[in-house]
Amino acid sequence: MRLGFDPDASAAWLAAQPGSIALHESLYAYTWIETAHVLGITLFVGTIAMVDLRLLGLAFTRAPVSMMSARILPWTVAGFVLMIATGLLLFYAIPVRSFHSLWFRAKVLLMGVAAINIFIFHASVERDRGQWDLDATPPIRARISAAISLAAWAGVIITGRMIAYDWFDCDKPQSAFVHSLTGCPAGFTEP
Amino acid sequence: MSLYHQFEALEATPIADGVKNSVWLFPAIEATHLLALALLGGAVLMLDLRLLGAGLTAFPPSAVERATRPWLIGALATMIVTGVLMGLSEALKLYDKQAFWVKMIALALALVFTFAVKAPLVRRDPGLAAKPLALVSLALWLTVALAGRWIGFS
Repeated sequence: MRLGFDPDASAAWLAAQPGSIALHESLYAYTWIETAHVLGITLFVGTIAMVDLRLLGLAFTRAPVSMMSARILPWTVAGFVLMIATGLLLFYAIPVRSFHSLWFRAKVLLMGVAAINIFIFHASVERDRGQWDLDATPPIRARISAAISLAAWAGVIITGRMIAYDWFDCDKPQSAFVHSLTGCPAGFTEP
Repeated sequence: MSLYHQFEALEATPIADGVKNSVWLFPAIEATHLLALALLGGAVLMLDLRLLGAGLTAFPPSAVERATRPWLIGALATMIVTGVLMGLSEALKLYDKQAFWVKMIALALALVFTFAVKAPLVRRDPGLAAKPLALVSLALWLTVALAGRWIGFS
C-alpha cells in the first residue's frame, strides 16, 4: 500500500455501513432525497442564474448588483445547503459506483471550476464593485465571471443527470480512454 | 378514436421513433428539460419571494414581474418542447401513470393561474392578495415538479 488513503477501500467501507445499505435498499427514502436534491438545485441554480443574468446585463438592469447579492444570494445559499446535504446522502447510498462514475467525476470537476470562479469573483472581480454597481452592463470581467458561473452550473446539472445512465459503468466493457477516466479496478463487478 | 389509441398513434410518429431509437437523444432532451427547470424556478421564485416580502423589496412586484417575464416564458417554452419530445417517445407508458396525469392537470392549473390570475393582479398592485398569490403559485409549481419527478419513479 503506497498511499495512506485508498479511495477504493474507503468507498467499499462506506458501502458496507448499515446506513448506506439502508438508503440503498430503501423503497422511498432514496427517492425522496433525490427529489429534494432536484428542488435544492432548482433553488440554487435558479437564483444564482438570476444574479448572473444581472451581471451579464441581461436582466434586472435597474437593480444595483450589490442589491442582487444582498437580497437574492441568501436564497442561493439555502439552496446550496439543501443540494449538498442531499447530494452527500445520495453518494453515501451508492459510493462505489458513484466514485467510478465518469459523469460524477466530471461533475465534481465542474463544481471545482465553479468554486474557483466564485473565489476569484469575491477576491478580485467584485472589489471595485462600487464603481459599476449601478451600471446596466457591468465590466467585461464581471460578465466573464457570470458566464463561467452559468456554464459551470449548467454542466453540473447535465453531468449530474447523466450519472443515472450506465453507459460507462465498470461492469461494462470500456475503451482504454474511458477506463483511464473511471479508474475501475480490474475484474470489477457491481457489489 | 379513444384517448388510448391517440397516445398509441403519438408513440408511432417519426419523432417519437427518433427519440426512442437514439441512445443519447432522450438523456440530452432530459438534461435540457432540467436546465429550463432551474431557470423557471429562478424566474418564479424572484416574483413569488417579492410577493412574500422578500428578495427585491426595493422594487414593486409589477417591476419584478416585468423583469422576469421573458425568462419565465423562455423557460416554459423550452420545458414544454422538451417535455413533449420525451412524452411522445413513451406515450403509452405515460398513459398508465397517475403521476403523469397529476402533472398535466397541475401544469394546466399553474399556467392558467400564472398568466390569467397572478400576472394581471400583480401588474395592478396585488395589495392584500400578494401573499396568497405567491403561496398558490409556489404550491402549483411544486406539485408540477414533484409529480414530474414521480413519473420517473412510478
